[in-house]
Amino acid sequence: MTETTYSATIAATLAEAMRADGRVVVFGEDVALGGPYLTTKGLAEEFGTERVVNTPISEAAICGVAIGAAQSGLRPVVEIMFIDFIDLAMDQLVNGAAKAHFMSGGQLAVPMVLRTQGGAGQRAAAQHSQSLESWLTHVPGLKVVMPSSAREVAALLPTALADPNPVVVVESKTLYFRRETLPDGGVVPEPLGRARVLRQGGDVTIVATSRMVHEALEAAAELEGAGIQAEVIDPRTLVPLDLPTIAASVARTGRLVVAHEAVRQGGFGAEIVAQVQEACFWDLDAPIARVGAPFTPVPLSPVLEDAYLPGAAEILDGVRSVLR
Amino acid sequence: MGTDADGAGALDASIARRLLVTMWRIRAFEERLEPLKRSSMVHGLTHLSIGQEGVAAGVCTQLADDETVYSNHRADGHALAKGVDMGRLLAELMGRSGGCCRGLGGSMHVVDVSHGFLGATGVVGGNLPFAVGSAFAGRLLGRGGVVVVFFGDGAAQAGIFAETLNLASLWEVPVVFVCENNGFAEFTPRSAHTRVERVSDLAAPFHVAAATLDGNDVAEVYRVFQGVLGEARAGRGPFLLECLTERLSGHYVGDPGGYRAALEDEAWRARDPIQRLVRQAAARGWFDEEASHAAEAAAREEVEAAVAFASASPFPDPALPAELTYAG
Repeated sequence: MTETTYSATIAATLAEAMRADGRVVVFGEDVALGGPYLTTKGLAEEFGTERVVNTPISEAAICGVAIGAAQSGLRPVVEIMFIDFIDLAMDQLVNGAAKAHFMSGGQLAVPMVLRTQGGAGQRAAAQHSQSLESWLTHVPGLKVVMPSSAREVAALLPTALADPNPVVVVESKTLYFRRETLPDGGVVPEPLGRARVLRQGGDVTIVATSRMVHEALEAAAELEGAGIQAEVIDPRTLVPLDLPTIAASVARTGRLVVAHEAVRQGGFGAEIVAQVQEACFWDLDAPIARVGAPFTPVPLSPVLEDAYLPGAAEILDGVRSVLR
Repeated sequence: MGTDADGAGALDASIARRLLVTMWRIRAFEERLEPLKRSSMVHGLTHLSIGQEGVAAGVCTQLADDETVYSNHRADGHALAKGVDMGRLLAELMGRSGGCCRGLGGSMHVVDVSHGFLGATGVVGGNLPFAVGSAFAGRLLGRGGVVVVFFGDGAAQAGIFAETLNLASLWEVPVVFVCENNGFAEFTPRSAHTRVERVSDLAAPFHVAAATLDGNDVAEVYRVFQGVLGEARAGRGPFLLECLTERLSGHYVGDPGGYRAALEDEAWRARDPIQRLVRQAAARGWFDEEASHAAEAAAREEVEAAVAFASASPFPDPALPAELTYAG
């Protein structure tokens, strides 16, 4: 077993990809210095600043440069330091990267990975704490991955890097330095679009993303003490979504709680709920519960932010509501 | 705007003939688009470049297939001049499966990788940074390669223009930014949008070598672009060429531009890039007006063949959009 962190696993996975393939390059603000969360630590030292390119604060152009580079033979990795700034690159991502293959009748491909991170909990306030992944899931042509642990980074980031499409990897700032042990010999890369069942149970299904996976596991442990067996599923990729795994679980348990840190309104949970009820409405024994943040910007004040952040307690409330 | 007297210096008879043929092909094609659009054969927003053919011809005819061009929403001329097949281009505008993008892209999204035409964009200025990325890739992969990106003066007011120019300059990539300054952004004159009269002035703070030239003089476009192309092929750059030009049609088909009336106008006849080239060529004994008529007739014949090809091409299979949303 190897002790590591989410952040170190990102850096190690990028380094491995860059060693194996000279076409992989990294663009982003401060990436040659390792970045504020050390996710590109050591890359510039090993691969040089020709391939680990520090950029000015020009999110749109950075993303556009990566698209052009991808169309001309490179496999760029772009880092947008906070997902709150992805809106600055949204035209490039949505009108450029996502549609190039389609609009060119299949002539062009944009094999790029855009890494970014979201999430609250670090008193970073409303412009550095958002969870905006549902914007991205609304765009045909993009894939969206949300690794919930170092293990999932190791399983999914290599696949994202090898994908011929633009893939957005939404990391979580609160997970970067969480300690974790990975098996010796590493984790075998896995395809995108497969959910992972982290805990089996027959009474209720909890589908949770990113940081909320850990909150769901905590809630499930507590429920077990009360004699309730919760099944916890991490979709891992939102696009493509592994509906069959989720629907099969709901068909058995008859009850579903969907949990994410993003605001509930318009969040990806709504999509999961819609797809589940289309697939197995008659298996449901209770209305589906959605756990997410309230429909306000993220507040600064610690007292308010703690109240804002959904966690295990809110998931437990959701479970109680579906078991009523 | 200069006169025609001495502009043809960089040309010879065969280059001049090639430019003439290219300009007539663009004009004949776009003139035919008007009735096709009105009879709902051509679909989507169709932006004509009649009057601006000299820029497309003067630039693209000098590029090899493996040299890359990105274009803007007014792309037909650039595409034809870069070698995109006229029949496949028209089929694309008509939404047919024989189109160069299989009918999925249309006029504002024309791509033909085999001719280095990596694409138009419907977002003004949206693909400016693609050009920088493409040139960056060519350099890193040891392949080199010049990248040209066309844009209108309207794009210069978008933030992405400044971001891109800054990166291009910082990384010294062999990109040639070719601005077609027709004095209008959509329907509004440039003076209402900015106090900066010349787009080339915007290049100066970024230390990007820039020139403003008469884009309605194809010989001047050819000569100036030939100079920067040599530099760019040696890996140097970036460069910005601002080609002052005049669009004779409206912003898009259906816009009441009334260009046909203008074609008869004496002042326009003096500035029409085709007629100017004919006068230059005649003065040098390269060819006369008869040759121009012949080139026009050949172009119109090619256009009719393209119409026949495109009209015979079936509409795409309904399964195609789902098939091509993702690669692989």
